[in-house]
Amino acid sequence: MTSEPQLIQGNRACALGALAAGCRFFAGYPITPSTEIAEIMSRELPKLGGKFIQMEDEIASIAAVIGASVGGLKAMTATSGPGFSLMQENIGYAIVTEIPCVIVNVMRTGPSTGLPTSPSQGDVMQARWGTHGDHPVIAFAPATVREAFDLTVEAFNWAEKLRTPVFVLMDEVVGHMRERVELPDPASVQVVNREMPTVPPEWYEPFGNPPSDVPPLAPFGEGYRYHITGLLHDARGFPTSRLDEVQPWIERIFRKIDRRRDLFPKADRDGIKDARVLVVAYGSTARSARQAIKMARARYGRKVGLLRLRTLWPFPEEEVARAAEHVQRVVVAEMNLGQIALEVERVVGRERVLRVGRADGVIVTPDQILDAIRAQEPPSLRRGRSRRSRE
Amino acid sequence: MKRHNQGTYEYLRHHKKFPHVWCAGCGIGIVMGSILRSVEKLELNQDDVAIISGIGCTGRMPVYMDFNTMHTTHGRALAFATGLKMARPDMEVIVVMGDGDALAIGGNHFIHAARRNINITAIVVNNNIYGMTGGQSSPTTPLDSISATAPYGHIEQPFPICELAMAAGASFVARSTVYHVTQLDKFIERAVSKKGFAVVEAVSYCHTTFGRANNMRSPIAMMRKLKEDSITLQAAAKMENPPQNKIVRGVFLDVDKPEFTELYDRVIAKANGSPLPRKRKVRRGWI
Repeated sequence: MTSEPQLIQGNRACALGALAAGCRFFAGYPITPSTEIAEIMSRELPKLGGKFIQMEDEIASIAAVIGASVGGLKAMTATSGPGFSLMQENIGYAIVTEIPCVIVNVMRTGPSTGLPTSPSQGDVMQARWGTHGDHPVIAFAPATVREAFDLTVEAFNWAEKLRTPVFVLMDEVVGHMRERVELPDPASVQVVNREMPTVPPEWYEPFGNPPSDVPPLAPFGEGYRYHITGLLHDARGFPTSRLDEVQPWIERIFRKIDRRRDLFPKADRDGIKDARVLVVAYGSTARSARQAIKMARARYGRKVGLLRLRTLWPFPEEEVARAAEHVQRVVVAEMNLGQIALEVERVVGRERVLRVGRADGVIVTPDQILDAIRAQEPPSLRRGRSRRSRE
Repeated sequence: MKRHNQGTYEYLRHHKKFPHVWCAGCGIGIVMGSILRSVEKLELNQDDVAIISGIGCTGRMPVYMDFNTMHTTHGRALAFATGLKMARPDMEVIVVMGDGDALAIGGNHFIHAARRNINITAIVVNNNIYGMTGGQSSPTTPLDSISATAPYGHIEQPFPICELAMAAGASFVARSTVYHVTQLDKFIERAVSKKGFAVVEAVSYCHTTFGRANNMRSPIAMMRKLKEDSITLQAAAKMENPPQNKIVRGVFLDVDKPEFTELYDRVIAKANGSPLPRKRKVRRGWI
């Protein structure tokens, strides 16, 4: 059951997805090109009895989000590169304390102040390793306005299910573009909530090791009194440095995500079965890639497939390996100078990968990708073809 | 029959390993006792109390207390507390921070929490040093004193915590010391029950780092100094020329003003009742 079709931008769809997933707290700080999400949440949350606050900076924003989640509310923030950098320490805190929350990064050209109103996909590796120490992360990449809604819902569900922060990595194009969408009725959206403990408070282990690898999470104030700390801790939450407590904890933190890597949003596959060239792309670049493979097939009869990643982290090694199995070359197109490309190279072998990237605030064009696809052809076949793409 | 200070004992986490991490003679334990006694006096339900801390020796306090406790990142305790308080305005949220945690890295969050007048109790244990990391200067380290990062003498002026809190918008501001426990108990009790942003500066000392570097090695000597070097606000007010270098103890501010979570409740009511202001039309079109 869907609601009326509407013409809305990606940022709005993201906010609506959050609300549909049960988000009732937003703390944020204005930053282009994510500001609309904060503004829309400031307007919509109180209508639902939710809470919005504009904090004094991004560090405070993510801190407040974590605090609200501890208080039992599904919580989110939205930012861009510079704010994402600021948030890293507290993101690590949420990972170590296993507190569910969603962080949206509408990526813009960096580094530093960069090009505030131009797109990029330059924070993909930062999402993976931005916070210090060894840790796993989960990150999704919407490519359409509808996906901005859907993957934000998924982000909340996985955050709650696995007790971890989840990133939604949009880029400025997806965030600001407007598309006609028919969003699902919020009541029909499947929502997952954190698991509550079923044992009495005296027996509760907020950081224990159940078979699911995800201990239940009791909110503060409900009768379960426990300690949360960023120090490495035991099952009760008390600081420890004992090897027999720290080592199993590290393993569980990785395992809880790793064992479910096949369940995260799958990549979109197009024409992969008999492809000789595979294009791997995500976010708005995937839209250019789709156009490029259309052109490659129609104009040049090339057998090209597109693997559009929707989950960036954990990196979908299996999906990429399977899609690339019988192809001669893999073209990785992204609005950066090679971040997901590093992962693809690792999985399929460097000699098979050709990168198409740019970090100058302009989208990767279909022609650029087409050139890379055609660069795989032996020189003899390129004679007499169109000279249009000379960029 | 209830023992004197029974709450203090009851509210400790007994399945947490004691002894605690603090040095023998440290004043932080006194502040912890003060908070526990306030909870008892105010007859608060343990499940309704949250203690949130930052990083440092003071930050190690919550783990020993049987409430909803959270040990967060350096300087950010008030921001975490703001989120929790907004989610659970019915809970009693007490934040404990050291002088460095609250006023150096946490300075911005300190002034904004005060500006919002959010109903949180902020207890700043001021020992004029970064004790946990070995005695480096803090924003309240006295001029000319020696510290691990000021071996030639500290050249910076200290922050006046209470004036800062008042200027930023807090509705209750008080200072006492870990020597004047009875007064400290009273102030913390008042701060916890105050509806609004309430700050208590609990002046303490660190004999292990600051004391050792500044010829006051014994905790007793430093405790005695707290007694000798402080005067009450009332006494200072009566003097013609109050001495400038004394610790002034008292309640500097206790006013009633609109509290943040209550104001937000009104926002929710407005969003659901009265007509919203006309949608802001921006250059880029309707959102």
